[in-house]
Amino acid sequence: MLLLPALMLSGCNLVLLNPAGDVARQQSDLMIASVILISLIIVPVLIAIGVIAWRYRASNERADYDADWDHSTKLELVVWAAPLLIIVMLGAMTWIGAHQLDPYRPLTRISAGHPVAANAQPLEVEVVSLDWKWLFFYPKYGIATVNELAAPINMPIHFKLTSTTMMNSFFIPSLAGQIYTMPGMQTVLHAVINKPGNYKGFSSNYSGHGFTDMRFRFLGMSQQDFSRWVAKVRAGGSDLDRKAFDQLSKPSRAVPVHYYAHVDADLYHHILNRCVDPGQVCMDKIMAIDANSIRAAHGSDADKALSGNPSMTAPAHDAATN
Amino acid sequence: MPDRPAIWNFLLGRLSLSSLPLDNTILVWTFVVVALGGAALLATITYYRKWGYLWHEWFTSVDHKRLGVMYMVLGTVMLLRGFADAIMMRSQQAVAFGSNMGYLPPHHYDQIFTAHGAIMIFFVAMPYIAGFMNFVMPLQIGARDVAFPFLNNFSFWLTVAGVVLFMTSLFIGDFSHAGWLGMPPVSELKQSPGPGVDYYIWGLQLSGLGTLLTGINFVVTVVKMRAPGMTLMKMPMFSWTTLCTSGLIVVTFPILTATLFLLSLDRYLGTHFFTNGFGGNVMMYVNLIWVWGHPEVYILILPMFGLYSEIVPTFSGKRLFGYSSMVYATASIMILSYLVWLHHFFTMGSGADVNSFFALTTMLISIPTGAKIFNWLFTMYRGRVRFDVPMLWTMGFLFTFTIGGMTGVMLSVAPADFLLHNSLFLVAHFHNVIIGGVVFGVFAGINYWFPKAFGFRLDEFWGKMSFWFWQIGFWVAFGPLYVLGLMGVTRRLSHFTDPSLQIWFIIAAFGAFLILLGILSFVMQIYVSIRRRDQLAVGNDPWGGRTLEWSTSSPPPPYNFAFIPMVHERDAWTDMKKHGYQRPLEGFNAIHMPKNTGTGVVLAALGTVFGFAMVWYIWWLAVVSFVALIAVAIVHTFNYDRDGHISAEEVSQFEHTGNWEPKAQGATA
Repeated sequence: MLLLPALMLSGCNLVLLNPAGDVARQQSDLMIASVILISLIIVPVLIAIGVIAWRYRASNERADYDADWDHSTKLELVVWAAPLLIIVMLGAMTWIGAHQLDPYRPLTRISAGHPVAANAQPLEVEVVSLDWKWLFFYPKYGIATVNELAAPINMPIHFKLTSTTMMNSFFIPSLAGQIYTMPGMQTVLHAVINKPGNYKGFSSNYSGHGFTDMRFRFLGMSQQDFSRWVAKVRAGGSDLDRKAFDQLSKPSRAVPVHYYAHVDADLYHHILNRCVDPGQVCMDKIMAIDANSIRAAHGSDADKALSGNPSMTAPAHDAATN
Repeated sequence: MPDRPAIWNFLLGRLSLSSLPLDNTILVWTFVVVALGGAALLATITYYRKWGYLWHEWFTSVDHKRLGVMYMVLGTVMLLRGFADAIMMRSQQAVAFGSNMGYLPPHHYDQIFTAHGAIMIFFVAMPYIAGFMNFVMPLQIGARDVAFPFLNNFSFWLTVAGVVLFMTSLFIGDFSHAGWLGMPPVSELKQSPGPGVDYYIWGLQLSGLGTLLTGINFVVTVVKMRAPGMTLMKMPMFSWTTLCTSGLIVVTFPILTATLFLLSLDRYLGTHFFTNGFGGNVMMYVNLIWVWGHPEVYILILPMFGLYSEIVPTFSGKRLFGYSSMVYATASIMILSYLVWLHHFFTMGSGADVNSFFALTTMLISIPTGAKIFNWLFTMYRGRVRFDVPMLWTMGFLFTFTIGGMTGVMLSVAPADFLLHNSLFLVAHFHNVIIGGVVFGVFAGINYWFPKAFGFRLDEFWGKMSFWFWQIGFWVAFGPLYVLGLMGVTRRLSHFTDPSLQIWFIIAAFGAFLILLGILSFVMQIYVSIRRRDQLAVGNDPWGGRTLEWSTSSPPPPYNFAFIPMVHERDAWTDMKKHGYQRPLEGFNAIHMPKNTGTGVVLAALGTVFGFAMVWYIWWLAVVSFVALIAVAIVHTFNYDRDGHISAEEVSQFEHTGNWEPKAQGATA
């Protein structure tokens, strides 16, 4: 009976316990470490529940019985101190992990024992979640893709993410933990993939009726394969200008992979600042105007107030700094 | 607005024949079944001429015990509704693979998971805990009723008003598809132009107001109405948790009301609190709703902790171990629960410092919770543990909840949560603690206090059947979800492409079927027990209870206690028994009690009409019903004929004929 689930488990791919990207790997290790730490107290408790209940069952006349025993300072001390100890250790682990694995923090290592080279340039990818598909910009190459993302292995990837209308969560379990995408705001994620492969990616935050089909493939490949892939996108793709983007941003489901060989340079900036439609004023501009008018009205005091509030001066809402 | 003469748009707002989901066979058949069942129920009541009885003895009753029972009935009815949604989701996910799209298109499936979550929290768990607190707490503290009996009745009917609006959405219009918390942007007008989100908003506004009034009522009751001698530190644990939960309700439910109000401003008046443009910000809603939402789960679990703290000592024949540490644990959980809301969205990009802070506060909660588990263990230690059905459920809770606590700590490790967030692992975790903690507690409590409410015990065989089906069913249903979560499968998907996942969903669906058998066994248990009530009859104290509710007859008289007990010790009833307490049989006085009133029903009915009118933009009706609501409330304040007396003779009669003497198979103490 016990073997059956074990057999079934060995047959399936528990990707969260064995991811192919270093960030996910470290997050997964933390998860496993937390289980081990917690087990130090949970396992004895689970055993004690069974043992005590059985030993002191009413029919067992041999066990002691003390109806008025309801306090023991020593035991109470243990009862509060033991979990506290575990939590102190777990808390320290979490604090360090949360800072080291902060999605906003540039990577310092490619994998265990392999630091990022000092002159290494990360691969820049700008991600937009639309209803209901994913658009990936590669600013360095001037290309974009829908529902297919590729990256060379062992190269840091710097994602900037936003959304057109809904709140989604960008998640490639093999690569790194997820991060929300929100309209008018930019989130950031740093990651690296260590093994070539074809991985699942999807939205993990419900965003309406087409949410289920918001899947994409993430391809981890060698540097040469990646160059070939970029060439393929350039060769087979169409143009992505504002008009094409308008068309693309209309709600649609289960959208097939599509390549764009040429992309309007400012398109991502316009999406982020909600001004793809030429009639719209970009949000960063509105915020700059607001900031200036406050400065004009309040003089130098306003500078202090404004500097305390990055959202007023940052080019766009940045979810990290707000 | 539908295309038709303006007068119809004025009269009916946006309501039209096309609002009826006639094209959806599932809903049409549901309607037929509900209509036939409802008609049969109404006909039966009419045939047996029970309308007067129901109205005078129950609907208009301000007796906390009757209201408690009505809350329990409401919770059970809605459990069936919420579980029907669960079965539909499980079966959809078990079949919808590859080219098979299943039988639920996304727009229907999305409504079902929204309804399942919202109903299970607001109209199953909340009525159940309100029911327990209503029935038990005043009896435990030796009071004759709550502080504001009319308000109590009004609160109940407001909850019913919310239920009516939710259920109406099944057959007129549709329901929200924005998830149980109604998250924008999905819940904004642009994404959800239909009436669904409005049903959700007004249903929750009405029932939320009811919950808030309940909270105020119970805080005042516990603070002001304890029997003489019952200092706070002599108060039974369940009453303590009632106090803490009510405190949480009073502080957090206004946040829910305000948040939903802002959302309705967005939807009705075109403001931009939570929209994407014009300075609106979705993140504000996410924060606000969880500032309410996280304490809410403690509102549900704290009374259950109290309930287990009554059951374990009773069935161990022993005092509760570490009473004061239990009180402090409860109070610290109450405070800490305000400080953890951000752990629901570590992945929103708040930064490492913020995430670490909320991860640590979350972990801190596991310390008092762990202390409680230990204290229950030490209560059993050196005891004489009897495994009657309430204790069985408590054992199930101890195992299941502890494991749920472990997966909870995994999720609280912020970096690990980036992987686990929104996955089926998370879904398995919160069902693990809510089913393992709250639902098992509900069944433990029903089995424990049912004899007090009705004078007979619940059938043991069907109780054990229900217990085992639930225990096994729970793990078969949610074990696979833990595995799927670790396979990186996210929640709320209506269709899958990877065939290797299917086997797990099929197992989970089978688990849901086992739980169904558990629920049916519970219904059977009630039915069989009512049939065998003469054999199952018990006296006032069937379990060897320790607190004051067991000192009065089963069921208790309307006034609870002919003489308010004097409390000297923590387990007041055990203390009275130890000192050879003799129940006085003469010297009774007339007892002052509040009168029943139908105003609560009328107000809640007007509130329902108002909500319905707002949902369908029938503005004239909204104005009329709102004005009527205020008018009736004001008129009621001039009703000075609110209380009467139960004469000494009547008291004497109750005291002599009530169900007191321990019956043969009952007492074991």
